[in-house]
Amino acid sequence: MTNPLSRAEKLSSSAGSLVLDVDVLVLGGGPAGTWAAISAAEHGARVVLADKGFCGTSGATAAAGTGVWYVDPVPERREGAMASREKLGGYLQDRRWMARVLDRTFTQSNRLADWGYPYPVDEGGKPQRNSLQGPEYMRLMRKRTKQAGVTILDHAPALELLVDENGVVAGAAGLRRQRGDRWVVKAKAVVIATGGCAFLSKTLGSNVLTGDGYLLAAETGADLTSMEFSNAYAISPAFGSVTKTLFYSWASFTDEEGSRIPGASSKGGRSVIARALRRGPVYAQLDEADSETQRHMRVSQPNFFLPFDRTGIDPFTQRFPITLRLEGTVRGTGGLRIVDDDCATTVPGLFAAGDAATRELICGGFTGGGSHNAAWAMSSGYWAGQGAAGFARQLGATSKRQVSRRGTVAFRSGNGRPLQAGKLARGVQGEVFPYELNYFREAGRLGESLRRLDGFWSEAADASAPAEQDLLRAREAAAMLATARWMYRSALARQESRGMHRRDDYPEQDDRYRHYVTTGGLDEVWTSARPLAFAQYSEAAE
Amino acid sequence: MIEVIDTERCTACDICVNVCPTNVFDKTDGIPRIARQNDCQTCFLCELYCPEDALFVSPFADAPQEVDVAALKEAALLGSYRRAVGWTDESRQLRTADRSYRLFGH
Ligand SMILES: Cc1cc2nc3c(=O)[nH]c(=O)nc-3n(C[C@H](O)[C@H](O)[C@H](O)COP(=O)(O)OP(=O)(O)OC[C@H]3O[C@@H](n4cnc5c(N)ncnc54)[C@H](O)[C@@H]3O)c2cc1C
Ligand code: SF4
Ligand code: SF4
Repeated sequence: MTNPLSRAEKLSSSAGSLVLDVDVLVLGGGPAGTWAAISAAEHGARVVLADKGFCGTSGATAAAGTGVWYVDPVPERREGAMASREKLGGYLQDRRWMARVLDRTFTQSNRLADWGYPYPVDEGGKPQRNSLQGPEYMRLMRKRTKQAGVTILDHAPALELLVDENGVVAGAAGLRRQRGDRWVVKAKAVVIATGGCAFLSKTLGSNVLTGDGYLLAAETGADLTSMEFSNAYAISPAFGSVTKTLFYSWASFTDEEGSRIPGASSKGGRSVIARALRRGPVYAQLDEADSETQRHMRVSQPNFFLPFDRTGIDPFTQRFPITLRLEGTVRGTGGLRIVDDDCATTVPGLFAAGDAATRELICGGFTGGGSHNAAWAMSSGYWAGQGAAGFARQLGATSKRQVSRRGTVAFRSGNGRPLQAGKLARGVQGEVFPYELNYFREAGRLGESLRRLDGFWSEAADASAPAEQDLLRAREAAAMLATARWMYRSALARQESRGMHRRDDYPEQDDRYRHYVTTGGLDEVWTSARPLAFAQYSEAAE
Repeated sequence: MIEVIDTERCTACDICVNVCPTNVFDKTDGIPRIARQNDCQTCFLCELYCPEDALFVSPFADAPQEVDVAALKEAALLGSYRRAVGWTDESRQLRTADRSYRLFGH
């Protein structure tokens, strides 16, 4: 699609305070970005990695830690692992991708062990590799990224992509917010590993995740897919940020009066909790964990207990109020569409990995939280880095390239009224947080919400660039807005309930919708149905 | 949200300024300043990285809280997260204590 908003501003004067020229630029320094950077460097590329925060502490994994879809290469166990979530995912997964992710995750996890990650060992002496402690894992990944020769730019959010005269992605530009200046990195290939979008909901570690990579990519014409599978909400204490839902499988849920809420549970009964929260406060108590389980919980996820130990609550014997925080595409499935085994996007020179890329291939329409997302970050990171290094090698010398900037919203001179980031972000939150809009979807309500969101967009698109110190916030708000519009247009297009996407007006799964929904566009958001890849293969074979 | 930099313990090493993912702190000539408390995402990571146990992050994510530093020290709450994940010399054995594999599949 052509993009009428494009600035196509030539990159000549005032390029930035820091200007670098490399083979591969990785945006984002979570697990996907660090694996991509290491992989690109190991495939011979000169690599820069730029992170909005600090590579090593920033992003969802660093703060939280993850279960990992790590399965021993025993055929029956692999078969079982692939089959177990196919129904939940609404049969949208691709077995070939699942198998290659299982293989790659196995290899990467074992490399972590070689690098000294302190995996626990069970009673039988066998190392257990299906869980990673976030701070520990990401501290190691930062160290290995540096050792691989990658230049890391911390506190250096990317604001926009650069493209050459042929539309090939040619780098990115951003801020160095602790120095108050700008950076420009020209590159032969770029990997987007900026994570998902959790809409500043304060879900653990996720306020850096505002969908920036989607917006940057869409401004160069990239497609997204499965954006309707983005309504992940997680349980946390009402006052706190720690959204770890696993432990609530030992919880009982009660209302104000202390009566049990029938059907409420962390798995398979979260919508009951959402409904109950609309009526009044909901309380949880982890009263189904015996003392041995309690001990395992404490040592496995120490940060789960911080909100309790610091407020004097014993979660095993006392009730505490809970809420559901929106995690959007951080634990949902939607993201940039990838078109080949190297995790290339639809735009030449642009690759995607981790939460920024679609996980439909291995999760279908269900959340990839709990294990699949972490496996995907490692695997897609590895492939995207390799693919980007290969693309850079093939491109050869680029000294004659005419490079221009692709940033749109929040960059232009506009109507004189500067974009108000805080107000816009709150406006978007008002459309995506409410359970009645996002959790329980229905054509009328989605349509109304989209009208308001489209209104925000026209306003933002006409607005003038804000002051330098508000630019990052403005771009984040614009990215959240674009994400919300792709989510809801896709949700309207899927007139059924499948995976995590629930329609009040179409409560059943409908065979006619066993396809993917692709979306994209900025001023005009479009959607289209796309057949499953394996369906295409079988057609070709006929 | 981040509430406290304990001036008795802080050595002004600026690690917290570097590691905070949402850029809450500012460097000064001495002890860093909590410059943008509202940007704190309550991730507890500054506390984990502070080598002097000089920081305290209150678990209340949406509003600032009054805290009593003396009482926090008394209750050994400063640095408690570091000890729990095995990032202190005395608690190193906890780095391999993860028993998640016993909890999955519940
Ligand atoms: C509480 C919680 C628990 C979870 N538990 C599990 C689990 O048990 N199992 C599982 O599989 N998954 C789990 N997940 C999901 C998992 O954390 C993510 O899938 C994983 O972190 C994705 O890795 P990533 O590298 O793609 O993104 P992230 O780890 O989120 O990293 C993205 C990085 O991009 C940076 N960034 C963002 N915007 C920009 C920009 N404009 N410029 C430069 N850099 C930018 C950020 O600073 C960040 O460092 C959980 C998520 C949460 C929130
Ligand atoms: S990390 Fe700790 S010791 Fe260092 S400056 Fe921050 S508060 Fe002070
Ligand atoms: S808790 Fe996290 S966001 Fe808040 S100040 Fe500390 S590191 Fe920064």
